[in-house]
Amino acid sequence: MFFESVANIWNKYGGSIMGGVGNTMLIALIGTVMGLLIGLINGIIRTVPKSKNGFIRFIQSLINFIITAYVEIFRGTPMMVQAMLIFWGYAFASGGVTLPLIPSGIFIVSINTGAYITEIVRGGIISIDRGQFEGAASLGMNHFQTMTRVVIPQVMRNILPSVSNEFVINIKDTSVLNVIGVTELYYYANSAAKQSYKTFEAFAIACVIYFVLTFSITRLLRLVERLLEGKKNYTIFGSQTDPAAEIHVKEDE
Amino acid sequence: MMEPIIKVDHLVKNFGKNEILKDISFEVNKGDVISIIGSSGSGKSTMLRCINMLEEKTAGEILFHGKSIDGLKRSEYRSKAVMVFQQFNLFENMTVLKNCVIGQREVLKRDKEEAKNKALHYLEKVGMLPYINAKPKQLSGGQKQRVAIARALAMDPEVILFDEPTSALDPEMVGEVLSVIRSLAGSGLTMLIVTHEMTFARDVSDRVIFMDGGVIVEDDTPDVIFGSPKMPRTREFLTRILSQ
Repeated sequence: MFFESVANIWNKYGGSIMGGVGNTMLIALIGTVMGLLIGLINGIIRTVPKSKNGFIRFIQSLINFIITAYVEIFRGTPMMVQAMLIFWGYAFASGGVTLPLIPSGIFIVSINTGAYITEIVRGGIISIDRGQFEGAASLGMNHFQTMTRVVIPQVMRNILPSVSNEFVINIKDTSVLNVIGVTELYYYANSAAKQSYKTFEAFAIACVIYFVLTFSITRLLRLVERLLEGKKNYTIFGSQTDPAAEIHVKEDE
Repeated sequence: MMEPIIKVDHLVKNFGKNEILKDISFEVNKGDVISIIGSSGSGKSTMLRCINMLEEKTAGEILFHGKSIDGLKRSEYRSKAVMVFQQFNLFENMTVLKNCVIGQREVLKRDKEEAKNKALHYLEKVGMLPYINAKPKQLSGGQKQRVAIARALAMDPEVILFDEPTSALDPEMVGEVLSVIRSLAGSGLTMLIVTHEMTFARDVSDRVIFMDGGVIVEDDTPDVIFGSPKMPRTREFLTRILSQ
């Protein structure tokens, strides 16, 4: 009885639900990547050494204040409310023109995730040994070079598990975007429920799909983490005692 | 009289209310190998870090070729007075070769080929050529320090500042690093070496500076410092150290 009606719903609405899965994944993926980018940029800005010039120092404090305010506000309010505020706020300001839905969804998830990842990156930077900064500085590298070439690559590896976690959270949390009408998984499951009057069955399907998505993504990211750890061994080229032994330079740039 | 490469002029450094360096003055001429000795907390490392601008000085001047380092472009100056650290500070995310290339590429803007060849040249000099593709965490302390020295040399600096280069090493690895530094001393490179290795300081240096309590107590040739020190504090320190 249950499986029969699930099959019926799937036959009828399966296509649109799968389209919703596509949008859910698109928004979650781009939103997380953009959020990571926001987090890294904030991390680089926040660690700029304080200038000796009073005016520049004031600008620095101001920027740091804005970043902190951004983080606190977006972490301290529900994404559902942020979605309504941003989407209808724009419509209000523009006199009724609304933004296209999918880009709006991506924008909302990006800045929301950015707030969380800004804090994750901050922790990641703090965990890097001071010697790495000093080593780069002692050779004459500036803050931007130090961060992009030395610190951020190390931070990336350390924060990857937390960022993966944000991605999984985003797959689930894009469901709140249905309040502004973004056609993601929840939206289609909900309309299938409304049209067929089979609410339980429709959401049982949605539940299974969400779980399959998050579970397989979690496993996949775990694998990526392991690959990033790199090999435990390395190849010795040439010899310290035999100058005739061949030296190979591995081109990895 | 040649102009000194580095002139430290009445340098003062405070951390909060603690006076770490009180009125330090000395000169470094081209080709000088100067060892700085003294007990822990005497301000040796802080002084070196002030010269590399890792610490902000409180008062006084540090002159590089007669110009205050405050007015110089920080990255350019640092690439000419590079530092080798006690804890090596190799970039963990890069291979040995990349560690020696990155500074040349980013700071000196050398092209890829030139930077690579320079790095390979100096890695060979320190006997680390076979390990160019290894990551720092795969190396022993002595190997890391030799790479760090090659990294510094690859910048073609005018002076290298060694901050206790062997203090974090196991005893059997101290020798391999000291012999690298010794061979550099023979090649005419200008070096400032903060060290606890007294035999080494006596053998390689042109001058030895003894510091205590944030001041330079004695600045003389190794023969005088180790043979017949003029100041009682130097004598006391050396007696204590050498009797161990």
